[in-house]
Amino acid sequence: MSYEFLQILWFILIAVLWIGFFFLEGFDFGVGMLLPFIGKKDEERRAVINTIGSVWDGNEVWLLTAGGATFAAFPEWYATMFSGFYLAFFLLLVGLIMRGISFEYRSKDANPAWRNRFDWMIAIGSFLAALLLGAAFANLARGVPINADKMFTGNLFTLLNPYGLLGGLTTVAIFLLHGANFLGLKLEGELRERVNVFAKKLWIGTTVLYIALAISTYVAGFWSRGFVNPGVVPIAALAVLLVAGYFINRRMEGWAFIMVALNIVLTQVTFFSMTFPNVMLSTTNPEWSLTIYNASSSQYTLGVMSIVALTFVPIVLAYQGWTYYIFRKRISTDKKSLVY
Amino acid sequence: MDLITLSRLQFGLTTVYHWLFVPLTLGLGWFVAYFQTRYYQTKDETWRKMAKFWGKLFLINFAIGVVTGIVQEFQFGMNWSEYSRYVGDIFGAPLAIEALMAFFLESTFLGVWIFGEGKIPEKAHLASIWMVAIGSNLSAIWILLANGWMQNPVGYVINESAGRAEMVDFFAIVSNPKAWIFVWHTLADGLAMAAFLILAVSAYHLVRKQNLDFFKRSFQIGAVMGLIASALVFLGGHTMGQFMYESQPMKMAALEAVWETEEPASFSLLTIGDLTGRQEVWSIRIPYVMSFLACNNFTCEVKGVNELQAQYEQQYGHGNYVPLMVVTYWTFRIMMGFGFIMMGAAVWFLYATRRPDYENAKWMKLVPFGALFLPYLANASGWILTEMGRQPWIVFGLLKVQDAVSPNLTPVDLLISLIGYTVVYSSLAVAMVYLMKKYAIAGPDATMHESVDVAPALVGSQD
Ligand code: HDD
Ligand code: HEM
Ligand code: HEM
Repeated sequence: MSYEFLQILWFILIAVLWIGFFFLEGFDFGVGMLLPFIGKKDEERRAVINTIGSVWDGNEVWLLTAGGATFAAFPEWYATMFSGFYLAFFLLLVGLIMRGISFEYRSKDANPAWRNRFDWMIAIGSFLAALLLGAAFANLARGVPINADKMFTGNLFTLLNPYGLLGGLTTVAIFLLHGANFLGLKLEGELRERVNVFAKKLWIGTTVLYIALAISTYVAGFWSRGFVNPGVVPIAALAVLLVAGYFINRRMEGWAFIMVALNIVLTQVTFFSMTFPNVMLSTTNPEWSLTIYNASSSQYTLGVMSIVALTFVPIVLAYQGWTYYIFRKRISTDKKSLVY
Repeated sequence: MDLITLSRLQFGLTTVYHWLFVPLTLGLGWFVAYFQTRYYQTKDETWRKMAKFWGKLFLINFAIGVVTGIVQEFQFGMNWSEYSRYVGDIFGAPLAIEALMAFFLESTFLGVWIFGEGKIPEKAHLASIWMVAIGSNLSAIWILLANGWMQNPVGYVINESAGRAEMVDFFAIVSNPKAWIFVWHTLADGLAMAAFLILAVSAYHLVRKQNLDFFKRSFQIGAVMGLIASALVFLGGHTMGQFMYESQPMKMAALEAVWETEEPASFSLLTIGDLTGRQEVWSIRIPYVMSFLACNNFTCEVKGVNELQAQYEQQYGHGNYVPLMVVTYWTFRIMMGFGFIMMGAAVWFLYATRRPDYENAKWMKLVPFGALFLPYLANASGWILTEMGRQPWIVFGLLKVQDAVSPNLTPVDLLISLIGYTVVYSSLAVAMVYLMKKYAIAGPDATMHESVDVAPALVGSQD
């Protein structure tokens, strides 16, 4: 396999990992943010958590794998991005720690204040993580200051530009909607009703933000800088989001879930085709951008990693799929059936 | 403080903290899987309760390992960007494989284990805890392969034009002997830690005459495994010493405070150096022992710090190649000393269980609890020794720590994150110790984390 082929393959594989992450962890960030609002009583909160209880950690590993794979395949990209987004990623980590520990600890003490505190940590942690990841990706789309030595020359405030913030907020909104649809599929009775009310409102907000983001991207000309024109993909992404509204109003939760999931996937596809073959665009001088050619590992390493990835990714997909299958039933708030 | 010092401090603190909890996960996973297997085979209720009870402690500990581990995965890029650029071609691979092969396995099947009871066949539920134990130990193996490469780089070439190390032999990296000794020593350390936890908690209940059958069985198993594991740790450590003698003689000299080359070399029980740290002032030494530790024979030569420093200056250019000797010297003594004490304690516990009423013995009140701290301290010391003994190198012989740090960061960035991690990690520790204590003391019959009728009392949730 030629070197260039491997570099493109790894660009695609990393895109797939990020897409998997946004799709899967997207709904569990959403569920996390909705937790204190949907669950009023203790059993209800527990039921909401149990919709993702068995899968959230596995979903998070998609992020770790995306990070690890970027390190292995594009070390310069990993180095520039992670050191460049230092404080933002620090806050992201704090968010992930807050929610991760809370899922495990919130029910291990009967004190209502204890539980309530951890429930809010889940919500806030999920919000922080969603916001920062969204903002990070928006900044990648926009370009960041990078010098001739492949080094990021900005700071936290460089990332807090209006476009970055809009990207962050839109991501939060989409994840909320995605989470609501997921809860609609997994809960029953009164909780399911409550979720539906939320989903309707969330859909409106999300659509407004999404359109604003699409327009800004278009107006700023971010669309047409790479080699690949995303073409109709972003239009399709918007279309499925609109269709999702129809299904939400019709209370067809399964279809609504699929539509928003598609929106997430198509948005990510748009993002990655907008950037290709750059992985980090330099706003200082486009010549200094990191590309799949100047940021990648050696041909040998990419070859080894390809064999590893093509062997293990299908296995992982198979057993993760299996766990979704065995836990496919709706979760009730009946105390006897709740796993604490 | 400057950027490098702060970065090192932060990396050291977060890694040691992560690594405080990880060995217990590694070891206790096997125990829980074993107990559950015994229940599956015998249908004896006590085994089931044992799997449940120790499983709960396992989960409380596991959660911290997970959340602090995420930080580790990100830190190389965040704080050591030049390191990542220089070695990413090699070092990234084991990290990515670890996530793909091990993290997915353990986290997915842990979910199945917690939530699957009664929903999937008993056999599948049993298999899932084995997957968790295998997954976490696999993850340890891959991370140790990565770390082993930093200690003993193999299978690479330096690409001058790209200015980095590149992988040429994946097999050499995967079969790095240094890393496999790490694996041996570390996985055994995990088992030892789990055994001592089981001993301590069991002793607490035995002294109070609670659940005698349950805790006597646990204590017995803990004592047997404690002995086997600490013996394995020792053998692994001894093998490590010999490998170090060949691959990192400076580390060897520094942890022994050998200033001048000795043949045969004595083992220092206590050494005091002068203020320059270059000369010995006073020491108590046991002849020949160091030679034995280093090369399994009583008379071989152990090179001294001064000779090695001169040799390295010739080889790598001007600079200081001596690690901070107070640290390497004392951490080695703590680790090794505690290792021997652990072995002794395990023998004692095992011997004691021959008497039917050993729970009445006076020492049961304090000794097993006190012994719990040994593996924790030895483990932390071992890592500090390994990592600081490698100074000034981050990758031995290839890259120095000072050239590895992220140059775009400012000390202020580091102060923010360092203080942030400290606050977050301390709160985690408080919650974790509280829960561990509570569940350990409550014993196997308590069902404390069930639903409580706090109904509308969840503050902030009313409309
Ligand atoms: C010898 C074993 C070992 C060592 C040296 C380290 N870890 Fe670790 N790590 C584990 C063994 C482990 C584990 C036992 O497998 C954990 C504990 C709980 C868990 O989920 O896995 C873990 C958790 C854990 C996780 C979370 C996995 C999850 O969410 O399920 C990550 C990302 C890392 N580690 C990464 C690292 C990195 C980058 C290290 C390098 C400094 C590191 N660990 C040192
Ligand atoms: C899990 C057990 C580990 C512990 C407790 C540990 C501990 C430490 C400590 C204390 C330092 C600071 C050294 C100093 O300030 O001189 C350090 C540095 C470092 N270690 Fe480790 N380490 C561990 C494993 C690893 C692994 C597995 C890797 C790589 C995969 C690694 C990579 C590094 C790096 C990059 C540094 C920073 C450079 C330095 O200051 O030496 N460590 N580690
Ligand atoms: C009984 C005598 C022991 C000896 C002779 C011994 C020997 C060693 C040596 C020489 C190293 C340095 C390896 C290197 O940097 O190349 C080391 C590292 C280490 N030791 Fe020990 N050790 C002993 C006991 C223990 C005990 C009881 C523990 C903890 C329970 C422990 C935990 C560690 C750890 C975590 C490391 C870091 C490297 C690794 O294991 O991967 N050691 N040991």
